[in-house]
Amino acid sequence: MSNLHDRLAAALARIPYARFLGVRAESMGDELTLILPYSEHLVGNPLLPALHGGVVGALMELTAITQLAITNKSEKFPKTIDIGVEFLRSGRPVETYARARVVKIGRRIANVQAEAWQSRRGEPIAALHGHFLLDEEEG
Amino acid sequence: MAMSEPPPYGEGADVLERVRTMMQWTPQGRALGLEVTRIDNAKVWGRAPYKSELVGDPETGVIAGGVITSFLDQLCGMAAVLAMREPAIVATIDLRIDYMRPAEPGRDIFAEAHCYKIGRNVAFVRAIAYEDAPENAIAHAASAFMVNPNAVRQFGANLGGKSAVEKKT
Repeated sequence: MSNLHDRLAAALARIPYARFLGVRAESMGDELTLILPYSEHLVGNPLLPALHGGVVGALMELTAITQLAITNKSEKFPKTIDIGVEFLRSGRPVETYARARVVKIGRRIANVQAEAWQSRRGEPIAALHGHFLLDEEEG
Repeated sequence: MAMSEPPPYGEGADVLERVRTMMQWTPQGRALGLEVTRIDNAKVWGRAPYKSELVGDPETGVIAGGVITSFLDQLCGMAAVLAMREPAIVATIDLRIDYMRPAEPGRDIFAEAHCYKIGRNVAFVRAIAYEDAPENAIAHAASAFMVNPNAVRQFGANLGGKSAVEKKT
């Protein structure tokens, strides 16, 4: 199991866009946390300043597909069918974390929820729910 | 380019230029290379250039979904701003994206966003992303925006709450 974690963390690190964001992964047991350090290029509103909503959405989507791959014991990242992102608080210019919960894995489709937060776990800045297409077995 | 009516967002020939500048105003928009290509009332067209550092699947070279999320979020926000009589800041309440298919590797992504309803508090915007034509869409988006959410918040509000603002004044 931990090998799968390591392989997925390595796979995540190989995604150019994950490097562009500066995301890294940490896992405890079968639970994954994605960590997004603050960087100026992630800002959407420079006056507040606040993180770009798309960046927070992207962080949660990456968390959802990686957590789903772990839960599904798959080496491959699932494909996104749809996502709904709810913005709850503006993202301050600090480190952001995200975790995802696989609600249901069907034969082809999985339902996943994710949350992003900053200094307080109980005060999420955004939530995501999505459906993802699982990597189908060949033959 | 003939327009049926003058756009609500300001007047004059430089409106598109000002909207383009607004797109460049966000550091994330600059980092992704997002551009506004055309405006018409509460509709806006834009481009997200293909960049190798934005790839989400290194095996296929397909651009990451997160890029499309940021692009459509920002373009929808622009459409909401264009629908207003006076420019103001908007904040995304929620954003739903349906992915019809992966983007084609190596190609720029285009999108159009339309703010089809704006009230005093909330704007509703739909968007479509594609390479060639909206009929062959990569993704559809539906979003809601809060209008002028920072009317009571000061600049720098996210830099540490009241104390940070007080220290400066």
